[in-house]
Amino acid sequence: MGPVLAGVLQLIALIAALALAYIPLGTYMARVYSSDKHWRVEKWVYKGIGANPDAAMTWPAYLRSVLAFSAVGVLFLYALMRLQGVLPGSLGFSSVDPAQSFNTAVSFVTNTNWQSYYGEQTMGHVVQTAGLAVQNFVSAAVGMAVAVALVRGFARSRTGELGNFWSDLVRGTLRILVPAAAIAAIVLVACGVIQNFSGIHEVGQFMGGSQQWNGGAVASQEAIKEIGTNGGGYFNANSAHPFENPTPFTNLFEIFLILVIPFALTRTFGVMVGSVKQGYAILATMFTIWLGFVALMMWTEFAHHGPALQAAGGAYEGKEVRFGVGASSIFAVSTTLTSTGAVDSFHSSFTGLGGGITMLGMMLGEIAPGGVGSGLYGMLITAVIAVFIAGLMVGRTPEYLGKKIGTREIKLAACYILITPALVLVCTAVSMALPTPPHSMLNSGAHGFSEVLYAFTSASNNNGSAFAGLNANTDWFNLMTGLAMLLGRFLPMVFVLALAGSLAGQKPVPVTAGTLRTEKPLFTGLLVGAILIITGLTYFPALALGPLAEGLA
Amino acid sequence: MNNSVVNTARLLGAGLRALLVLTLVTGVIYPLVVTGIAQGLFPGKANGSEVKADGRVVGSSLIGQSYNLPLKKGQEIPAPDLKWFQGRPANGLGTNSINTQYKLLLSGATNLSADSKDLIKQVEDARAAVVKDNSVPGYTVKPSDVPPDAVTSSASGLDPDISPAYAELQVHRVAAKNGVSVAKVGKLVENHTRGRTLGFMGEPRVNVLELNTALKGLVAKQ
Repeated sequence: MGPVLAGVLQLIALIAALALAYIPLGTYMARVYSSDKHWRVEKWVYKGIGANPDAAMTWPAYLRSVLAFSAVGVLFLYALMRLQGVLPGSLGFSSVDPAQSFNTAVSFVTNTNWQSYYGEQTMGHVVQTAGLAVQNFVSAAVGMAVAVALVRGFARSRTGELGNFWSDLVRGTLRILVPAAAIAAIVLVACGVIQNFSGIHEVGQFMGGSQQWNGGAVASQEAIKEIGTNGGGYFNANSAHPFENPTPFTNLFEIFLILVIPFALTRTFGVMVGSVKQGYAILATMFTIWLGFVALMMWTEFAHHGPALQAAGGAYEGKEVRFGVGASSIFAVSTTLTSTGAVDSFHSSFTGLGGGITMLGMMLGEIAPGGVGSGLYGMLITAVIAVFIAGLMVGRTPEYLGKKIGTREIKLAACYILITPALVLVCTAVSMALPTPPHSMLNSGAHGFSEVLYAFTSASNNNGSAFAGLNANTDWFNLMTGLAMLLGRFLPMVFVLALAGSLAGQKPVPVTAGTLRTEKPLFTGLLVGAILIITGLTYFPALALGPLAEGLA
Repeated sequence: MNNSVVNTARLLGAGLRALLVLTLVTGVIYPLVVTGIAQGLFPGKANGSEVKADGRVVGSSLIGQSYNLPLKKGQEIPAPDLKWFQGRPANGLGTNSINTQYKLLLSGATNLSADSKDLIKQVEDARAAVVKDNSVPGYTVKPSDVPPDAVTSSASGLDPDISPAYAELQVHRVAAKNGVSVAKVGKLVENHTRGRTLGFMGEPRVNVLELNTALKGLVAKQ
């Protein structure tokens, strides 16, 4: 069997596994967010928080809770890193400096997990396990909560109420993420991922002498890192490190974990709006783009254009033998089309076009299938835009899921769509124009520019992967990527929740013969087209300067 | 006091309490329970899949090592010990620059681009070295025989594996340096070649530490 066929078979196995999980997981999540009953342990948690989980919130109240919880999260994580030097259980590691602490705290709270530090020499057990890993859970739960609030906006009428944030947060964490992560972590350990608290210790070597190893709670963090589409590695090499991803099976399993919730949330959406077919249409859009990207990536990586890769005889630079080119391509696409950013191979050494595909994946807004929650709400916003475009074409007031898309709704959706590109392009342009930031580049020419473009694309879209040759641990990059992550996460959420509130307050429009049937393949085609055109028009000049210039040279 | 200040403070308080409670669940109970189960069911794997030879730990089957001669005076880059099978280049591997009370390996890739002159040079130098080292009397390696994994750095810098093609290419050299027959070393490589998982996952591979450990046993027997 050749490597191309093996790659395709791995893709088919992955799709089959995702298909099996789709209905049970999606329906379960819909039940989690719709149930009236609280678990006993949840009641204790609500008592601890001092919140009434049954109090319905309007969109401003929901938003305030999201922002308050996230702000506390940033401060807590910042303090934890600044105090690492005096905390017990930190392996004697010193405190992290202010700029890097700010960057890292923002990074993990925004579900980005951009890392300007080397995990193995910077973060001790306490910061990793009680700080970073916790945000892996709760930042994912926040994303899901906001998505569910938007779905309720579509599903409800004549009410301003979007549900209760604390209840959505706690349920998402306790009923979905913790059980899923616990099972996945045990599977990973069974395959060789480490899970211990033995700290740094000496291990003998074959040629004599010894090497020093980090121990750590790696499997428990690895599981939620993928399930919550976080992507922050315990080690610098992330999911390429054999202690994080030891076998071909764990590699495929980790890709599955990355994709399973974002895809299944379309089912949750369908169930909650009372039409699973609407969910299938969104799923079909996400799946089409994802599969197309995987096919393109496999083609360019197996073809290995680029002088250095031609000289080597294959695109093996920055890839591990046990995964090979095929599985590494699937991982790279899945991590950049979601908000994950974990890597099992280093994108900077991909072919020029392959690197461009990873960037384009993020530039689509990470909606195919996107991050947990953020993928769904991003895609629904794009659907609103697509419905609007269709409405313009036939001269009819657009509607989606029985709700009118009026001036207010389209303004909110347009603001959402514009924020991230503005952040990416402005930050990149300013970095290139200033004298010092370009010194951070490792490579020269088009690829050097790509490193900076990639950094801000990744930060603003809350992905977290990198063309990692860039030295991002400078004050400029720590602060600017930190700001890009903050604004790229929370400004869109403001518009999503405002839109949700506006939709929930409407009365439903009856379906007539003139209604655009958004559950049909025609709409899926329209949506795919709208996504590609909007992104293409926005980013083509920047892509032409970077990956296209490199890939077509 | 201003009403909105009070409300904001109350909300932040709720946020802090929520964070602390969820930290207890996901940052303390969850990792401890997973660690307990992992250490109970899979202690060897949870602690790093250590490999023993002659009653001594010689590393982890998951972590690649270098098989070099000791540094000579004035030498900066150690020369490979050609008695042993060699792993992949690891030009992206670093050493720790902070918290230097430890001597840690920093995993990582070169991140050099596909059109990088540095990378082209690394690949060409590696190819020339592989050809030179592995061409022994009666067996000449052609540059086109060298597989890509032999001349490129892995993603982690700790890749424990090489492709079967790179292992087979080293057989004649290893046999000659150890005074063992080519057939026996070839058989050893064959026994240590792992196919794709379930026939389709990942790529075929040879674990270098396990192969060298077995080779050591073979040489000792002779």
